[in-house]
Amino acid sequence: MYNPFSLENKTILVTGASSGIGRAIAIECSKMRASVIITGRNEERLKETHTQMEGNQPDYIIADLSNSDDVQNLCKNITSLTGLVNCAGLTKVLPFPFAERKDFEEVMEVNFFAPSELSRLLVKSKKIRKGASIVFISSVSGVYCSSVAGSIYSSSKGAINGLAKAMALDLAPKGIRVNCVNPGMIDTNIFSEGKITQEQLNEDMKRYPLKRYGKPEEVAYAVIYLLSDAAEWITGSNLLIDGGYTLL
Amino acid sequence: MELQEFITNFANQFEETDSSVFTKDTVFKNLDEWSSLLALSIIAMVDEEYGVALKGDDIRSTNTIEDLFEIVKSKK
Repeated sequence: MYNPFSLENKTILVTGASSGIGRAIAIECSKMRASVIITGRNEERLKETHTQMEGNQPDYIIADLSNSDDVQNLCKNITSLTGLVNCAGLTKVLPFPFAERKDFEEVMEVNFFAPSELSRLLVKSKKIRKGASIVFISSVSGVYCSSVAGSIYSSSKGAINGLAKAMALDLAPKGIRVNCVNPGMIDTNIFSEGKITQEQLNEDMKRYPLKRYGKPEEVAYAVIYLLSDAAEWITGSNLLIDGGYTLL
Repeated sequence: MELQEFITNFANQFEETDSSVFTKDTVFKNLDEWSSLLALSIIAMVDEEYGVALKGDDIRSTNTIEDLFEIVKSKK
């Protein structure tokens, strides 16, 4: 069957696959016939993702990407990749006067340093094949707009965006493409901490021209495109997925 | 922790509203200046000053500064 978006014969590593967007990406990529290696911190939830994937999938690898031993170990367990999706991420909602260096460090560690270092080690050890695609989950925040009390998260996603562009240049000779997807608010438990109430989220939802938040699968579909051979001439780009949010 | 000190810390998050406006009975969500940013600033102040992690729902369910003070005290 003709399908330029198929991921058949591709091996893809997905970080942050134990929940939210990462989980959806792992599951959808498996449905597109990729071999998907998933990693995350929580074994129970990783297992849950693993059972939801289709096809005969490789074992999951437990890793805390803010721990350099775990990152080394993860790289050691990987032989060859045609795709890498950096999803692991968190947020910290603090008005700027309260956003201390330690708060920035906590978020930058997971959202920026970990994916940067993992990508670097995989590239350096030549485990990312020619023709491969690296995708970062960035955001609308920090690239096109920001949000109230969002300085920490925005900084981390803006940094990822800059990194992806420079990586795209440096890795082009290796035939490796690097792109970002930039989602608006997606229905995940990223605000489970509870500083933002459901009432506030419902109000915020109305600000989206398409009148709802995105679904994790809707980010996954964009990622599938960037991983597929259909996107072979696309590198250093941002793919906006925001229900029209940044139009206003 | 003392109520008077809590009221002062609460008032300090505001820019436009005069500090004399703030008493234990102030219905803070009725203040013109009240906003989602101020709600988050109050949560951050309470975390910084009292080591208590408030939720947005704690702000939602309270009316006066004293109501919120009681919640913070109970969580301490």
